[in-house]
Amino acid sequence: MDTLVQQLINGLILGSIYALIALGYTMVYGILGLINFAHGEIVMIGAMITITCLNILVGHGVHLPGLVLVAISLLMAIPACALLGYTIERVAYRPLRHAPRLAPLITAIGVSIVLQNLAMIIWGRQYVAFPAVLPGEPHEFFGASITSLQILIIVLAAAIMAGLMLLVNRTKLGRAMRATAQSPQVAQLMGVNVNHVISMTFILGSCLGATAGVMVSANYGQAHAYMGFLLGLKAFSAAVLGGIGNLGGAVIGGLLLGIIESLGAGYISDLTGGFLGSQYQDVFAFMVLILVLVFRPSGLMGERVAERP
Amino acid sequence: MHSATPKVPARIWMAYLGIALVLFVMPFAMGAGFGNSWVRILDFVLLYTILALGLNIVVGYAGLLDLGYIAFYAVGAYLFAILASPHFDWHVSAWIILPMGAALACIAGATLGAPTLRLRGDYLAIVTLGFGEIVRLFMNNLDQPVNITNGPQGINLIDGVRLFGYRLESGFTLFGHRFSGDYAYYYLFLALALLAIFVCVRLENSRIGRAWVAIREDEIAAQAMGINTRNVKLLAFAMGASFGGVAGGLFASFQGFVSPESFTLMESVMVVCMVVLGGMGNIPGVILGAVLLTVAPEFLREIINPLQRQLFGRMVVDPENLRMLLFGLALIVVMLFRPAGLWPSKRRREELESAHD
Repeated sequence: MDTLVQQLINGLILGSIYALIALGYTMVYGILGLINFAHGEIVMIGAMITITCLNILVGHGVHLPGLVLVAISLLMAIPACALLGYTIERVAYRPLRHAPRLAPLITAIGVSIVLQNLAMIIWGRQYVAFPAVLPGEPHEFFGASITSLQILIIVLAAAIMAGLMLLVNRTKLGRAMRATAQSPQVAQLMGVNVNHVISMTFILGSCLGATAGVMVSANYGQAHAYMGFLLGLKAFSAAVLGGIGNLGGAVIGGLLLGIIESLGAGYISDLTGGFLGSQYQDVFAFMVLILVLVFRPSGLMGERVAERP
Repeated sequence: MHSATPKVPARIWMAYLGIALVLFVMPFAMGAGFGNSWVRILDFVLLYTILALGLNIVVGYAGLLDLGYIAFYAVGAYLFAILASPHFDWHVSAWIILPMGAALACIAGATLGAPTLRLRGDYLAIVTLGFGEIVRLFMNNLDQPVNITNGPQGINLIDGVRLFGYRLESGFTLFGHRFSGDYAYYYLFLALALLAIFVCVRLENSRIGRAWVAIREDEIAAQAMGINTRNVKLLAFAMGASFGGVAGGLFASFQGFVSPESFTLMESVMVVCMVVLGGMGNIPGVILGAVLLTVAPEFLREIINPLQRQLFGRMVVDPENLRMLLFGLALIVVMLFRPAGLWPSKRRREELESAHD
């Protein structure tokens, strides 16, 4: 019973992070019909920049509470990632909006490769440690342990997602985004600046991604130039699970995938009598993805994107 | 009234003869001009040509985006490794294993295709990507409880190919010069690559080839014309996969060693890039893509290291990272300026030209 609660909590934390990243994927796919392969790398770069800023602050002996230091570093990383997301869209995706669908996919892969290797050139190939400035004492919770940081991650992720929902459903920009997702041409006729909306989508997604990157590296204590790839893949699976193009679906998909993965990793040896061990954890995301796509291709919440010509 | 079969003009025969001659002496020319390591690179060029041609069937002809194609390569390679190495101490002849590899990969392709046929473009891409990763993860972890694939360490000391008792990896002697096994393998790979090209050309101009084009362009219209889209798509997956299986077996015998590290997503992406960059659906374009993407990294490696030493006196940037960085940039640039690929098929070029009007 203890393990179950612990795994559920782990799953919740992982799931919140997946949800944040999945939102970025689903927003871009909903509007452009494009899988932004580079999104995972933006998450990674957000983490890396934050760690670098933290190291600088700590190195100069800035004596502020750990949380404030992280917040400051995050405030440096978010605009950087937003700019990066905007640049990628302008340079690599916008010129190919009318090209055959494979072309932006290849550029996305190219951008992903460029960012990964840039990160390795700048930050090296080793694991980069997250400075230990945050409180890490665990609290007891129904027999499982959870740290203040982890509680913060869950709460913050929930707040951000709520904020995004508000933005998409109650503001003018949100209305423009939903209109563009439904039909870019008609939205343009209605006076929506489609290019602007698309740029904002990328910027928003990148901000979310940067935050998620910090959460991941703070939770696991380290970051690595390759971390974006697997995270991105799993988050995209989560987005598909929930119904690509659907924001609520991305959240639910993310949480669900995190929990499934956590429970699976915890119980897989028992389930298969020792044949499959927890090293198959990564396979879960893919298995879930394939199963969902085969049996319910529209995802859990259904999709509202029309068949693209 | 009948039309006379047009005689192939002499020029075309001369061109083919010229190409045949060049292909025949290529390894000697490269070896003498650039060193023996380039013959090895040539061998890999041919391997990747076979792979790219196989993927071209799936992506170029049938229009099905497959991002996990390397899984079939892995299946073929591991089959060869398991059946012809000290691992289980079986030493089956390569000429039995290669067709088996093709058949096994075929089945794998059909297995992948069957449940995923009704998926739309991008979803299919992700599922195939997931499939490729699953295969790699299984290869990596199937060393417990029963050691089938020897896990991350891979399988070593794989037998080479034997032709009527002659072991290819022992090389040969010609005009008093000693040539390594790489040279012998070149001719084997060349023969198989030419066979692959022949198969692709015949497929392209067959009912199946036209059915693939029809499905790629407009699936609903194809169905309306009576094409069994499900079976035809399955056939595309299976045929493409079989190429991968054969190439995988050749790879295992040539390199003598397989490990899960050779079959990552990056490799799948590379093959996709060869097809798309070279020119989807166009055989010469795909070959060009394979040649470019195999040779360019090696070429860059030869340039970057000395250049860095000259400019900075030492290695400022890890050459591997710089190489991949330039590769990524090249991908972006080529796609921005030639989204149809460097040598697109006529149909694509017409499509793109009309889109730009």
